[in-house]
Amino acid sequence: MISRCSRGLSALSRHSCSLILRGLSTAAAASSEKSETSRINLCTAVNEALAITLENNKKALVFGEDVSFGGVFRCTADLLQRFGKERVFNTPLSEQGIVGFGIGAASLGCTPIAEIQFADYIYPAFDQIVNEASKYRYRSGGEFNCGGLTIRAPYGAVGHGGHYHSQSPEGFFTHVPGIKVVMPGGPADAKGLLLSAIQDPDPVIFFEPKMMYRTAVEEVPKGEYTIPLGKAQVKREGTDITLVGWGQQVAVLEKAAALSLEHHDISCEVIDLRTLLPWDVAAVGKHARVLNDAFAGVHRCTQTRRKRHSEVYYGLHSLCIKC
Amino acid sequence: MLGGPQSTTPPMSCYRTVDSTGTDIAGADVPYQIDHALATKMYSTMAALQIVDTVFYEAQRQGRFSFFMTSAGEEATAVGSAAALTIEDTVFTQYREHGVMMWRGYTIQQMAHQCYGNILGHGKGRQMPIHYGSKELNFHTISSPLATQLPHAVGAAYALKLEEKQACVAVYFGEGAASEGDFHAAVNFASTLSAPVLFICRNNGWAISTPSTEQYRGDGIAGRGPSYGIASIRVDGGDARAVYNATAEARKIAVANSCPVLIEAMSYRSGHHSTSDDSSRYRTADEMNRWRARDPVMRFQSLLLANDWWDPQQEKDLRLSLRKEVLKALEAAQKEPKAPLSDMFTDVYKEMPWHLREQLEEAMAHVKAHPEACPSDIPVR
Repeated sequence: MISRCSRGLSALSRHSCSLILRGLSTAAAASSEKSETSRINLCTAVNEALAITLENNKKALVFGEDVSFGGVFRCTADLLQRFGKERVFNTPLSEQGIVGFGIGAASLGCTPIAEIQFADYIYPAFDQIVNEASKYRYRSGGEFNCGGLTIRAPYGAVGHGGHYHSQSPEGFFTHVPGIKVVMPGGPADAKGLLLSAIQDPDPVIFFEPKMMYRTAVEEVPKGEYTIPLGKAQVKREGTDITLVGWGQQVAVLEKAAALSLEHHDISCEVIDLRTLLPWDVAAVGKHARVLNDAFAGVHRCTQTRRKRHSEVYYGLHSLCIKC
Repeated sequence: MLGGPQSTTPPMSCYRTVDSTGTDIAGADVPYQIDHALATKMYSTMAALQIVDTVFYEAQRQGRFSFFMTSAGEEATAVGSAAALTIEDTVFTQYREHGVMMWRGYTIQQMAHQCYGNILGHGKGRQMPIHYGSKELNFHTISSPLATQLPHAVGAAYALKLEEKQACVAVYFGEGAASEGDFHAAVNFASTLSAPVLFICRNNGWAISTPSTEQYRGDGIAGRGPSYGIASIRVDGGDARAVYNATAEARKIAVANSCPVLIEAMSYRSGHHSTSDDSSRYRTADEMNRWRARDPVMRFQSLLLANDWWDPQQEKDLRLSLRKEVLKALEAAQKEPKAPLSDMFTDVYKEMPWHLREQLEEAMAHVKAHPEACPSDIPVR
C-alpha cells in the first residue's frame, strides 16, 4: 500500500499542472462580487500583503533587485507609485548587501521586507542570515533584535528553470535557530502568512512558490488578515495514510490523494505544514497517531527533515517514507 | 590607463596635526579645537583603555577568563573618533574598538562582567569575552564574523535618515575586514541609497599574521572610497587630534547631506591579535619597538603638557587609581554567578517555541538526574 503510493506520488511530481485550488468555502466561491473575497492569484495576494503593510506601517520598507518597476514576477507592482521611493526601492545587485542592510534597518525598528530575486541566489546572504540575523537577539541578551526583518524569495521548479531558477533551499534554513521559515501553498495562505511573517517579532524567511504566482487562483479575503505561523492545516481528511507537504507540493499531494482514492481505494489525509520552522508537530502527531498506520513526508527536491517528535515516531506501526 | 603596478600616481596623503613625537605640525589645519576639558577626558579615557588592556590581558593569561583582545597602539583611533560623535549616533564595531565604548560610558566593571560571562554581563554570558554591546549607550553587540556589521550600519543609517534624525551611524572595521564582500556591498549600498554612515577603518598593518601588503594592492582603504562615490580621507590614526578633526568633519558632511564618508586611520597593532596569538612568530621586535616609540597616548599627552593641562603627579594618580579600579572590577566580576541554565534557551526567539521548551525541559531533567553534567558554577534553574 505504501510503496504503491510512493510510486504514484513520484509519477505525479513530474507533471506540471495548471492548478485551480479549492476556495476557502463554497459560499465564497459562489459569489465573489458581494463577499469579502476576490478571486486573485498568488502574485497579487503577495502584492496585497505588501501594500497593506506599507499603508499601515510607516516604517515598512520593500526593497531588493528590480523591486521598483514591480519586480521580475510583478509581486511589487505599483508599490513605488503608491508609497514612494524612500520606502520602495531598488538596491544594488548584492544579496549579502540586501539582507545585511535589512538586518541593520530592522535593528533600528524598521520593518524591512527584503526580496531575494530567486531562492537560488540566497546563498551569498547565508552568512548574514545564519550568523547575524538569527543570533542578533540571543547574542545581545535580548537588548537588540532584528525581528522586523522579512526575507521573501520565489522558490521551486517551474519546468524550464534548470539548476538556478528552480531550487527549494528551505532545508538549509530549517536548522537555524532564531529564524522562522514559512512556505505558503496557495494565494489565500500566502497573503495571510506573509502578513503574519512581516508582523512576527522574529526574522522570517518567506519562500513563495513561483510556479503558483499565476497558475494558483482562488478566493482570497480582502483587506488585512493573518494566518498564525507555526500552525499546519489539514487540507484533506483521510483515514489510511497521512501525507505531509508544504508549498507547491501540497497541490500535488491533493491530486495524488484524489487519484489514490479513485484508483486504489486508499484514503489519504493531506497536511500542509505552512510553517517549517517552528513546525506544527502537534498537528502532524495527532493525525498520524489517530491513523496509527503510515506516515509520509513528501517534498520534491530535498530530503524531508528527519527530526521527529517521539509522539509521531513511536506511535506509528509502519515506516516513514520520503519522496 | 589609470592605476596598476606601473602607476606613478602618489597615494592619498595622510592628514595629521602632530608628528610622531607629539609636536605640533606647523600650518596643520585644525578646524575643531580641543579644549582643556575635552583633552583631559580624551587622555583619561585612553589611559584607562591602556590599563584595562594590560590588566585584562594578564587576567586571561592567569586563566581568569578564556580570551581577550587589546587595542594597544590604536587608542587614539578609537577615542579620537568617539569624541567627535554624539550619543545619538549609533555605533557598530568589529572587536578592537572598546575605546569607543569606554568613551561613551561603558564601565570597566561592565567589561569585566562580560569577559567573565557572568549573569550581569552583556549577552547573559552567551558570547566569548570582548563581545560587548549596550542599547543604553547606542552601540550594537559585537559579533565575531568580520565585516558583517558594515551592511547593518548602512541599514541603520537609512533608518535614521527616514526618521530625519540629525545623527549618523559610525561603523568600525580593520583593513583585513575591508577585503570581505560585505565591505564592498556596504559602501556601494551606502552610496547608492545615500545613507549617513561613517565608515571608520583602522588600518593597523596586520590581520592576525597577514601584513597589509598581502591584504590589498590598491591605495589602501581610503583609496577605494572615491570609486564608490564616497568622500574619503586618510588620517594618522596615532594622532588623536587629527582623528577627532577628521571624524568631526566627516560627521558634519554625513549628517548635512545624508551621505557616507570613509575614514582610514593609519596606525599599528602594537599587541598580538588576541590572547591566542604570538605575533613574534611573524614580525620583528624591531618593528614593534619602532611603533611603540610612537605611542599615540604619549603623543596626545604631549599636547596636554604643552598646554599645561597635565602634570606628572596627575599622571601618577590617574594610573594608580585606574589600576585599582580595574583590579577591583575583575574581583567583583569573578564573584558573580553565571547565568542560569535556562538562559541557554531564552532570547533565541522573542517567545520560546515548543521545540526549545522541550529541549529546555530535557536539559533540566538530565541535569537533575546527572548533576555532574552541568558545570558547578551554572545555576540550575
